[in-house]
Amino acid sequence: MRRQAALDFKNGRVNLFHGSGGQAMEQLIDELFVKAFANEMLSAKNDQATFELPPGRVVMSTDSYVISPRKFPGGDIGSLAVHGTVNDVAMSGGRPLYLSAGFIIEEGFALSELREIVLSMAEAAKACGVAIVTGDTKVVERGKADGLFINTAGVGVIENPELSISAAGARPGDKILINGFLGDHGVAVMSQRPGFGFKSDLRSDSAALNSLVAAMTEVCPRIHCLRDATRGGVASVLHEIAIASGVGIELEESELPIREQVLAFCEFIGIDPLHIANEGKLVCFCPAEDADALLEVMRAQPQGTDAAIIGEVVDDSGRVTIRTEYGSTRMVHHLMGEPLPRIC
Amino acid sequence: MKYVSEFRDKDRFNKLLQQIEQEADPSRDYHFMEFCGGHTHAIFRYGIAQRLPKHVEMVHGPGCPVCVMPSGRIDQAIALAHDPRVILCSYGDMLRVPGSGRNSLLKAKGEGADVRMVYSVMDALAIAEQNPEREVVFFAIGFETTTPPTALAIKTAQQRELKNFSVLCNHLLTPPAIRHILESPEVRELGTVSIDGFLGPSHVSTIIGCQPYQYFVEEYQKPVVVTGFEPVDLLQGILMLIRQHNQGIFEVENQYRRGVTELGNVKAQMLMAECFEMRTRFNWRGLGDIPYSALRIRSEFAEFDAELRFSLEEPVSREHKACQCGAILRGVKKPKDCKIFGKACTPETPVGPCMVSSEGACSAYYHFGPIEVQVVEK
Repeated sequence: MRRQAALDFKNGRVNLFHGSGGQAMEQLIDELFVKAFANEMLSAKNDQATFELPPGRVVMSTDSYVISPRKFPGGDIGSLAVHGTVNDVAMSGGRPLYLSAGFIIEEGFALSELREIVLSMAEAAKACGVAIVTGDTKVVERGKADGLFINTAGVGVIENPELSISAAGARPGDKILINGFLGDHGVAVMSQRPGFGFKSDLRSDSAALNSLVAAMTEVCPRIHCLRDATRGGVASVLHEIAIASGVGIELEESELPIREQVLAFCEFIGIDPLHIANEGKLVCFCPAEDADALLEVMRAQPQGTDAAIIGEVVDDSGRVTIRTEYGSTRMVHHLMGEPLPRIC
Repeated sequence: MKYVSEFRDKDRFNKLLQQIEQEADPSRDYHFMEFCGGHTHAIFRYGIAQRLPKHVEMVHGPGCPVCVMPSGRIDQAIALAHDPRVILCSYGDMLRVPGSGRNSLLKAKGEGADVRMVYSVMDALAIAEQNPEREVVFFAIGFETTTPPTALAIKTAQQRELKNFSVLCNHLLTPPAIRHILESPEVRELGTVSIDGFLGPSHVSTIIGCQPYQYFVEEYQKPVVVTGFEPVDLLQGILMLIRQHNQGIFEVENQYRRGVTELGNVKAQMLMAECFEMRTRFNWRGLGDIPYSALRIRSEFAEFDAELRFSLEEPVSREHKACQCGAILRGVKKPKDCKIFGKACTPETPVGPCMVSSEGACSAYYHFGPIEVQVVEK
């Protein structure tokens, strides 16, 4: 059988054959995905991965990644697709182990960019100790997708039977902690979009939080809730927890860690930093007596050096309020739809 | 000078609050209207209304260009957007505003219309240059703050001989609206609203200066203090109004001296005058027809006027009957007085324009209050 030429990763483009199930697709999988993700399960080229899990409760999560621009300061759609799902699994207190990766690629997509993204995924997975063990590739006609969409699913295990972390677990008296500055990701991405002309050295906070969570649950297995504050920002996460737990939350405005640049950007376009997306930030609810110890543990971790206690659970009202720096209290609103910039 | 932090200083804020408490005569009531939606938003965001003495009340005015855009003009933009030749561009918060029948530009986009959100009118110009085979229409809205950039875009389009760019001009003027609030017969029908002074819109005044308000202080004997948007600015502006009211004087004062001069930005004014002329009347949402309160494109730039290019007729507006935005924009009613507030009308399903923009009074009430909370002394 005649051997076909290797993929041209410099100038080549994805075409419909790369998703057709034939030789071209096999070549793409072999020369790109299998090579980059490099593990036995993927190399076996079955349509599924078979593995044994350590004892404990199994956790599973999935998420799809659609972002513009695909590459931004501090990350890209590939690393984001790993971090996001790893974090979703980790927020249960579970240890993420395996990921799947599904690619929906628009016809004409540059192979060079695809390789860059896949290598970024591979590096991110390696750094947080998970393996990408199964996947899928689809190519759609030009105009039917915005370049590239990635879906990842993650499987992990909660090994400590004492852990009971849930959105419904917050209790009056709980302290609320965050592991660092909020809004960096959303502003880093938005400021790269055409039309803004907003110059900053802000980088996305996109990061895997599984090792941070492992350190936190080890010292404080009584953590009530953990949630990564992605789309909709910290405000949306707090509203979800307030509703699920039936509790009222009060934030302390002066304690919110927000960078000057993020504040300036938000001021400029009229969006609340509490509504800006993060990709490496978690919100944690814990009994008040554990808060200081937990804060210390978080600050000792690379993903938590700027951790802070930002508020507490005050009652059972189901609402989220903020004590302003000016001695007043106001509602924190639950975002509806996309935040749209104001006119002037 | 850092320009922001000193105007957010808590100590200064608290000192000003103390001064207001000392100087606001408890035997009087003070009703001050903030015309500008940016002020309304800031008053809620910083919880300023909560901290003011009870007899110092802020009345929310109509100064949100999104809120006062009549449904007929939005219907006009939606119809244009559905024209397959057209790419319709506008600013972000305009896209959600309902026209008649709760339609909006965002819904039109979902139905296949080519609607694009832009951050600047120059982005629309760039889209026109990149798409020579399409008609790019910029749905221009806003007060004097956003008008000069539109004028500049029209002039640039003329210089570049762009054949596919036009502007659906809905720029509004601030002073006629303030005058209308003070003297319109509707105010008498809706109930009287006592206004003892105005916080003047400072962003608008960076363009038009302080001078246009001189008329109010002379004609209506109402003080005007042009005021910035930071918490210290707002309290300073309110204190200046209290002092004038206490002394029985009516003057235009400029609290926002770091951005506003007596005459404003003359270059921008000349640019506006070159490209635009007065419409004899314009229908404001909730306020009705206000004479000489809006701008249209001058005949010298007729080729860039979307109304002429697409032979658009004067639109008819049909507002929702239950919506009380008209009374709210005049300061006669509060959002909570409206029967559909927070029920049929929410930021997700806005019926009236005040619920759409983050600068609308209903939206500010919905998002930031009112909540019965204990004021915390720090």
